[in-house]
Amino acid sequence: MGPAGARPGSPPSPPLLLLLLLLLLLRAARPRGAELTFELPDSAKQCFHEDVERGAKFSLDYQVITGGHYDVDCYVEDPLGKTIYRETKKQYDSFTHRAEVKGVYQFCFSNEFSTFSHKTVYFDFQVGDEPPILPDMGNRVTALTQMESACVTIHEALKTVIDSQTHYRLREAQDRARAEELNSRVSYWSVGETVALFLVSFSQVLLLKSFFTEKRPAPRVAHS
Amino acid sequence: MALPLLLGQLLALMGLGDAFYLEVRELEEKCFIQEIPDGTVVIGNYKTELYDPAMEKYQPSPQWINLFVFVKDPENKNLLARQYGPQGSFTFTSQSPGEHQICLHLESIRFALFYDGKLAIHLDMQLGERSNDYAEFAAKDKLTQLHLRVQQLVEQVELIQKEQEYQRWREERFRQTSESTNQRVLWWSILQTFILVATGVWQMQHLKSFFKAKKLV
Repeated sequence: MGPAGARPGSPPSPPLLLLLLLLLLLRAARPRGAELTFELPDSAKQCFHEDVERGAKFSLDYQVITGGHYDVDCYVEDPLGKTIYRETKKQYDSFTHRAEVKGVYQFCFSNEFSTFSHKTVYFDFQVGDEPPILPDMGNRVTALTQMESACVTIHEALKTVIDSQTHYRLREAQDRARAEELNSRVSYWSVGETVALFLVSFSQVLLLKSFFTEKRPAPRVAHS
Repeated sequence: MALPLLLGQLLALMGLGDAFYLEVRELEEKCFIQEIPDGTVVIGNYKTELYDPAMEKYQPSPQWINLFVFVKDPENKNLLARQYGPQGSFTFTSQSPGEHQICLHLESIRFALFYDGKLAIHLDMQLGERSNDYAEFAAKDKLTQLHLRVQQLVEQVELIQKEQEYQRWREERFRQTSESTNQRVLWWSILQTFILVATGVWQMQHLKSFFKAKKLV
């Protein structure tokens, strides 16, 4: 797999350099950020931090997947401590901002208003634009060929498809969680109702019997 | 052969220099959920840092701070339960599709943590292998830029295709759950009506015989 003829200790050969360069750039070819789903217990707050350069644009998408009324509080703070976004009890939202200050931005999700429901929250935080897959593709002097511009168009369209797949997956997870909860609720309710039915009918009979066994000394002799 | 892999890891760690991080205390467990199809390789690159109040910033963690990773698959089976150093990566392959739970916590295995022990975990989770083939392709076949672009598109389409298949499996499970609920509601209603009628009849018969015995009827 490595280039033939490279001896340990010798300077890296050109193919290896190219490999190194490509590895570096293709590894960095994904836009920076994080896409995570985490559990937020009741009365808890969870914060995440990201270092953002000045002038870079970042976006935060979040959605509550399971738990309670499917709502969460969210706020974003810049490195100076100023709150640049704050929403309470939102089910999902999208927020973009161009960073004016370089530093560590903090975004937090809070479930402090809820006392017993813990939530599962999905968020997608992206920083900056997507870098090109090779460095010299970014600052081209010549125009793109037709094939290349077709590739760019397709790439953008596929990114949209992947994004909408993610949203669809989240919605489906939400609905499926509700359906499974409904399924188990139906079971428990049915069993409970059957048990209650038996209990009530037995106790009715027993109670009625007890009415007539107490009055022993004076039986109702209505007929002679 | 191991060199590109090593380089890859090194570059991954370098790329995490100013990545996204979350603050934790020692032994505080943070859990993440990943919904993935089966046969997906998940690679989690991480770097931990310890807050130094003297310098008021985060410094790389010493060697005696370890990260414990626990991964549970949808059937609650342990896929991964291992201890890792202060930086590196953990990886696992999903065997069944569904929601996998990844729990992390930091523990200091030798010295006690002073200064209230505020720690930071830089985390980057990558689903599915991606960059490995690229570089080899390009180096081996001397690909043009166009070819690389097309390769990127091919990878995207494969990702979409995999997600679609997973979606089909999930929809089937959803449909099974809904049909099971439907069945349950139907059969329980019938059963309960039957039980109701049966207990009513039993009650009347029992009371009739009771009153007959009491000579009230």
